[in-house]
Amino acid sequence: MLNEQSKALKGELTEAVERKIVRVSQVTKTFKLGKVDVQALKGVDLDILAGRYVSIMGPSGSGKSTLFNMIGGLDKPSSGKVFIDEVDIAQLDAYELAWLRCRKIGYIFQTFNLIQVMTALENVTLPMIFGGMGNEAAIDKGMELLDLVGLGDRYQHKPFELSGGQQQRVAVARALANNPAIILADEPTGNLDLNTGEEIIALLKNLSWERKVTVISATHDIKMLNVSDQVIWIRDGRIEKIEEREDLTISVGSVGERW
Amino acid sequence: MSKHTSNKVDKQSSEPVERQVVLPFKQSLAISFKQIRVRFFRSLITTLSLVLAISFLSFVRVSNDVANGLLSTGDPDFRRQLIRAGYDLGPEDVRAETNPKQRWIVILSILVCVVGIVNAQLMAVTERFREIGTMKCLGALDRFILRLFLLEAGMQGVVGAMAGALIGGFFSLLNSVIRFGNASLTHVLLSDVFFSMAFATGVGFFLSLAGVFYPAIIAARMQPVEAMRAEH
Ligand SMILES: Nc1ncnc2c1ncn2[C@@H]1O[C@H](COP(=O)(O)OP(=O)(O)OP(=O)(O)O)[C@@H](O)[C@H]1O
Ligand SMILES: [Mg+2]
Repeated sequence: MLNEQSKALKGELTEAVERKIVRVSQVTKTFKLGKVDVQALKGVDLDILAGRYVSIMGPSGSGKSTLFNMIGGLDKPSSGKVFIDEVDIAQLDAYELAWLRCRKIGYIFQTFNLIQVMTALENVTLPMIFGGMGNEAAIDKGMELLDLVGLGDRYQHKPFELSGGQQQRVAVARALANNPAIILADEPTGNLDLNTGEEIIALLKNLSWERKVTVISATHDIKMLNVSDQVIWIRDGRIEKIEEREDLTISVGSVGERW
Repeated sequence: MSKHTSNKVDKQSSEPVERQVVLPFKQSLAISFKQIRVRFFRSLITTLSLVLAISFLSFVRVSNDVANGLLSTGDPDFRRQLIRAGYDLGPEDVRAETNPKQRWIVILSILVCVVGIVNAQLMAVTERFREIGTMKCLGALDRFILRLFLLEAGMQGVVGAMAGALIGGFFSLLNSVIRFGNASLTHVLLSDVFFSMAFATGVGFFLSLAGVFYPAIIAARMQPVEAMRAEH
């Protein structure tokens, strides 16, 4: 079924002009650890088209999270540029950056990062309140989103009363709060067991499909490959190869041995 | 439904980058209040040193008001009793002054209290790095974070300082009654006592805010990535 979906998606995308929602140009990132320089990214060029489900794969320490933080405007590159919707995010001031994080990008973390003192519903409505939505409207929309991720009846629960998978669902709902154009998920299934992880992946895939959201997800998780429109392999701070969905089925067999 | 939402997404994506992010005051208040309620025990301990310092300040000030009340009667008996109680009164003095030793103890206790508050708030901030980072990822501005911490400390400060002022005032009056008899209550000016306690409350509120200011600025300036990484 997913296959059909993505074929149809491909069709639609080529019909519409393929918009580059994320453009990474010559990005390097060097961390200074005392006198030692650690180069986490060594010149990355990358275009990501709107509406796609993109996985970033690579061994631990290859620079996935670092690249993520650059794309999400959470950290600044040492050199090079990141464009979101053709806007250079290095040029944005604090307010514009906050707006970008609030409205354009939804983040999903490996550790869920729900706000512990708030209920599921309050967690989901917080970005909407930051975004200027009225309380009533935010609550309506929050309930709608919680229903969407299958947690409509748990809206009053605090994060510690929810399982890991449920917390991640709330995080997905929160990421969708302001109808972002991009969802950035850094190892969203890293802290979940096999089944729960698959559920979250299916959920993300459906969302990207139904809502035409660009999903960019870093992972070690081979399961992610099956739903991806594009897989970007990164190794040692560089892009090793970029595979489209069609090429993927060929190489998936050999993947298991490498990781 | 998918049609409906996808329209919305498309519309939003084509907007240029804007800059308006808000956190209404009522919402900040609600969040801060929740933080205090959830960490009630921690808040209590943070506030306790403030309560102590402020009750001491209030005690000293109200005792002074009582002494002034007694002096204003012009009764030499009270004057003798006050001198015996440690007030440094010359023959011409018509007003009692807090004696320097007490003043120093008050200042010291306030200093200790501020250090305690800064320490407790730094810990509270460190504990919440991840939460702060998350809020920033959701679009919070530096000043939202600052405001949350200031509100929280302000609420703790008002409650703690009021409690301290009341406790200090109560024990001061009790002490006076034991020492100088009921006369101390009849001669003291109520407005003086009220003013002293209000003053102590104000000082406590201010100290609480001053103590959180530095930790809150650190928290607010935090880059989201640093904040996320800090707890590992
Ligand atoms: N804040 C930092 N200070 C110093 N070095 C860092 C910092 N963040 C990342 N690095 C280094 O950059 C490199 C890439 O790290 P990164 O976290 O991006 O890897 P990753 O691909 O996300 O790995 P994983 O799959 O384990 O999450 C690593 O060598 C890491 O040690
Ligand atoms: Mg990582």
